[in-house]
Amino acid sequence: MARSGTAKRVTRTATVPEKIPIRLTVNGNHMELTVAPWTTLLDALRDHLDLTGTKKGCDHGQCGACTVLVDGRRINSCLTLAVMKQGAEIVTIEGLAQDGELHPLQQAFIDHDAFQCGYCTSGQICSAAGLIAEGKAKTADEIRELMSGNICRCGAYPNIVAAIQQAMERS
Amino acid sequence: MASHIGSATSRVDGRAKVTGEAKYAGEFNVPGLVHGYVVESTIPKGRIVRIDTSGALEVDGVIDVLTHRNRPQMADKDDAYKDEVATEKGSPYRPLYDDIVLFSGQPLALVLAEDWETARVAASLVKVEYEKAPHITDLHAERANAYAIDKPEKPRGDAERAFASAALRHEAEYFIPTEHHNPMELFASTAIWDNGQLTVYDKTQGVQNVQQYLCSVFKMKPDAVRVMSPYMGGGFGSGLRPQYQVVLAVLAARALNRPVRVMLSRAQMYALGHRPATIERLALGANSDGTLDAMTHEAIAVTSQFEEFARNDTGWGNLLYKSPNAKFEHKLVKLDVPTSCDMRAPGAATGVYALECAMDELAVALKMDPVQLRLQCYSDRDQGADIPYTSKQLRECYRQGAAAFGWDKRTAEPRSMREGSDLVGWGMASGVWEALQMPATVRIVLTANGHAEVATAASDIGTGTYTIMAQVAADMLGLPIDSINVKLGDSTLPQCPLEGGSWIASSVCNAIANTARAVRGDLLKLAIGMKDSPLAGAGVDDVALIDGKIVSKRDATRAVSIASAMQSGNADRITREEANKVAEDKSHARNVHSAIFAEVKVDEQLGVIRVTRVVNAVAAGRILNPKTAHSQVMGGVVWGIGMALHEETLFDHRFGRVMNANIAEYHVPVHADVHDIKVIFVDEPDEIVNPLGIKGLGEIGIVGVAAAIANAVYHATGKRVRDLPITLDKVVQFN
Repeated sequence: MARSGTAKRVTRTATVPEKIPIRLTVNGNHMELTVAPWTTLLDALRDHLDLTGTKKGCDHGQCGACTVLVDGRRINSCLTLAVMKQGAEIVTIEGLAQDGELHPLQQAFIDHDAFQCGYCTSGQICSAAGLIAEGKAKTADEIRELMSGNICRCGAYPNIVAAIQQAMERS
Repeated sequence: MASHIGSATSRVDGRAKVTGEAKYAGEFNVPGLVHGYVVESTIPKGRIVRIDTSGALEVDGVIDVLTHRNRPQMADKDDAYKDEVATEKGSPYRPLYDDIVLFSGQPLALVLAEDWETARVAASLVKVEYEKAPHITDLHAERANAYAIDKPEKPRGDAERAFASAALRHEAEYFIPTEHHNPMELFASTAIWDNGQLTVYDKTQGVQNVQQYLCSVFKMKPDAVRVMSPYMGGGFGSGLRPQYQVVLAVLAARALNRPVRVMLSRAQMYALGHRPATIERLALGANSDGTLDAMTHEAIAVTSQFEEFARNDTGWGNLLYKSPNAKFEHKLVKLDVPTSCDMRAPGAATGVYALECAMDELAVALKMDPVQLRLQCYSDRDQGADIPYTSKQLRECYRQGAAAFGWDKRTAEPRSMREGSDLVGWGMASGVWEALQMPATVRIVLTANGHAEVATAASDIGTGTYTIMAQVAADMLGLPIDSINVKLGDSTLPQCPLEGGSWIASSVCNAIANTARAVRGDLLKLAIGMKDSPLAGAGVDDVALIDGKIVSKRDATRAVSIASAMQSGNADRITREEANKVAEDKSHARNVHSAIFAEVKVDEQLGVIRVTRVVNAVAAGRILNPKTAHSQVMGGVVWGIGMALHEETLFDHRFGRVMNANIAEYHVPVHADVHDIKVIFVDEPDEIVNPLGIKGLGEIGIVGVAAAIANAVYHATGKRVRDLPITLDKVVQFN
């Protein structure tokens, strides 16, 4: 909430940058929002669009909880500024199920009990969707290697790998 | 009885978690939300001389900066800050209370702004001047000042003399560094202040603990404070005590009369509680046949300067092994760090690690197979209290675990097993934890449409509480599981203990059984009141609720549907609330047990260690849900891998600060570190431990795992590494 121009204006030691209008397609919906240049895609999703399914676990690209798909590729949304994604097509965990029917990965995660607390789950599932689209991982070892940017502190890893394998077979 | 209990049921909250619908403490975007950002101390000890907040206040969008000087009023007595878990001795830390700095990372100011980014940048402009005091954060440097605390384990015989005259002796020190829980979810609280009513969404393992704490800290009436935590993104003990962000959020909400969210950064979470660094000394004296004659276990652990935190590190040997002579000692060292706290299997994860490595070293000295040594020393009684167990299928754990692992193919000599350029090592260990029950109350509301709401103030921290409660209620009420709605994580619900210590499953499920019995009694009364009732004369325990009907146990054809009983009695709902019965009986020891077998492969040139296989065979009474139970134990094994190979909070003792306060440099296991994990549940009927025979699983999965891996590393390399984590630099010189 910018207060510049009001009587309260004083000499600033840190000036808040002007907000910029951007357009994003999020889960198929066209969104117009105005964000400061320092707002990450993660915070834009969570705080501006109330899409809190995308999780914040470190804000440093270390844990993978914030993984979303941008133009089909998986990225850490905490390492990307929202203004850099002008016009991009973004898919979050909220956009995977179609007409109430779970995405095969979502169903596989339930079937294999591939989570406990659920906080890394959105990132694991979005990352797995990106992984499958990349088509590089064929074996369990390759899945493990290429999913290692997504930490699960509850330790559901073997079940996550099994869930991804199930979804891969069916895709 | 249609059995949901014991079936591999998928989580009832699964859909909410895989679709992103499940909301966590920092995700309630209420209108007018103010964002708080914490300014923390950069010194470990001293006093604040001056806090200059003017730079922060000049930033557009900043509303206020709270410090100890301008915060709203808080209680001024220690007792007000003593939550359920607080220790007897000491003064709990009071957030933003005064100018004293007790540890690095202590919150000194809270910047409040219209958005999070603004609060963060403004926080960087708050200037703090300190008067530093000398500090100490190194356990080893302060060891000479360790002091002994009272412990329940009494000595037996003369352990020192027996050790001195033993045929074979093993004596060594083991070290476990400071570890941090690092749950995936950042600690957060959203406080909503509305006309004297406070609602808080908090990351906590105990909503009622936080509710009572806030009432006493802010001198509020119980009905004015409601704490909610419907989902928690991992706890592992870090959320047992109220953490400081909840106090800050409430202070700010009261100061501004607006809703406030305070979310900590990952780095700031390293100033919360932690598993204390611990030195463990074991002295085992054995006869030549492998029976123990002397067992001494001493622990020196860290606590803060202001509170005394200690858990049972040394008593576990009493539960596993016979030894006529035994001695236990627990000491603490006070350091300028936050108070240590419970972290998955507190005391056991560390104490059993040392004990089980020492047993492995003794087996080597005896030239005896490590499993054989455990069987030789096996105790059918709790040696400390000299009482039998309610059940103890540990022999079966050893047998089934060894068979599944293929232990009989092991060659005893270190470095004797190879695969290409890898040295292969096989190690094993035992695990033990408590099977506790705590008082809990469950409310069931059965409605005439055949649905039931089952409620208690527990938290499901990922353990599967929602699911097992739905299963038990479905069986006890004779309803489909889809007709059960479990409500948790709200302090206004019936009393429930903290989600910790592995006691929630036994506590709440036995409470469900009692409440369901009361509901059944009400239904039976209605059924008997019907004209020509086929259940006339039946008592509450003569009938069961099956498939929506009240059915005579003696004659299944004598039955009345729940719907018609309620209809005839004009009852649109039946509401009952009952507690479990917690046994006072001290005639039996109540424990869960496990046997862990681990395979490591160590690159001979590089020293890189991989845990390629783990088998964890667990005896934990009745398993309510093999699917979620498997996940619990598997997760514990992953924690054991982290403890053995990765986890260590590193201090720069010159500055008294954590150097790796992030989740990239504080290593936790990732996908690539975790391979084949097999979990076995050994059949263990137990009619004594509690009516449903439930023992709990939250802790046992980690206990002993680090020891099994350490023992496997020795077997692979011939190198005994006693200080965790076993990083490659410690094994790279193999000779």
